[in-house]
Amino acid sequence: MPSRVQFREDRCKGCLLCVQACPSGIIQQSSRFNQQGYKVAEVPAERMAECKGCAFCAIMCPDFAIHVFKTKEAA
Amino acid sequence: MQEIRVTNYPEVLVDRPTHYCPGCQHGIAHRLVAEALTDLGVVDKTIAVSSIGCSVFLYNYLNLDTVEAPHGRAPAVATGVKRARPDAVVFTYQGDGDLASIGMAEIMHCANRGERVTVIFVNNTVYGMTGGQMAPTTLVGQKTTTCPGGRCLEREGAPIRMSEIIASLGGTAYCERVAVNTVKNVLGAKKAIRKAFQYQLDGKGFSFVEVLSTCPTNWRMTPVAANERVASEMIPYFPLGTFKDIAATEGA
Repeated sequence: MPSRVQFREDRCKGCLLCVQACPSGIIQQSSRFNQQGYKVAEVPAERMAECKGCAFCAIMCPDFAIHVFKTKEAA
Repeated sequence: MQEIRVTNYPEVLVDRPTHYCPGCQHGIAHRLVAEALTDLGVVDKTIAVSSIGCSVFLYNYLNLDTVEAPHGRAPAVATGVKRARPDAVVFTYQGDGDLASIGMAEIMHCANRGERVTVIFVNNTVYGMTGGQMAPTTLVGQKTTTCPGGRCLEREGAPIRMSEIIASLGGTAYCERVAVNTVKNVLGAKKAIRKAFQYQLDGKGFSFVEVLSTCPTNWRMTPVAANERVASEMIPYFPLGTFKDIAATEGA
């Protein structure tokens, strides 16, 4: 069941609590700045397949900036 | 194939950027309160009482009727609101400078009278909004702008453990200290906040949840280092756990 993390980059403040929380260790700080001047968190595209969809990152995010999606087979 | 969103932020949580500093855990506490109110289905009859401090803008982030109380007086205002509207769910959301310092008298008497309100107490051991002055909960040795050499036990006394004090008062039905530094603790905090609101709905008495939180800006730390300090320094002095649960002692 593949999963996907989406960061709302306009909300991210680059605190990196999600990096600490991710059990797969796939989240990292990007070199991009958002409009507020924070370096946003990201998951590199090549490592997205390792996402288990546990949503630990979203539980720890203080800015509601993370959405986690799971793909299910249609019933 | 169908894609399902796992993260469902409650509707009562307003979708707008917060004014909090990066890594400030007020956001997590706001979300937990919003989730608890949504789970219990009491959003429409909830009245929040917000305090002075960084959490003063609670009304910007939670789509609830809110009363803005003077500094430290949120439990007194909540008492009035609850007595005027006994059907409403009333909670206060206070920081440690607000609740443990200027508002000490109000919180003690509110708890002792057993008012049917819930208090969410966010303890980050410092006055956040005004620039990081020493609070009654500042740990011994912690440097702040008003104790630049670190808090001294002999000069300023020991940090106040609020949960233990509140648990010793007669009207308290439920008192627990939680943290939001790890995923496990966040999930525990969610349960505690939900239980606190449930006790109010059941009319059992005063419920109090202390949330250990970080203030990376005033601790002069990165958010990740601040989060680690909660486990290494705060939790040993402010132990987590339930200090009073009237249902458990009654055997109900």
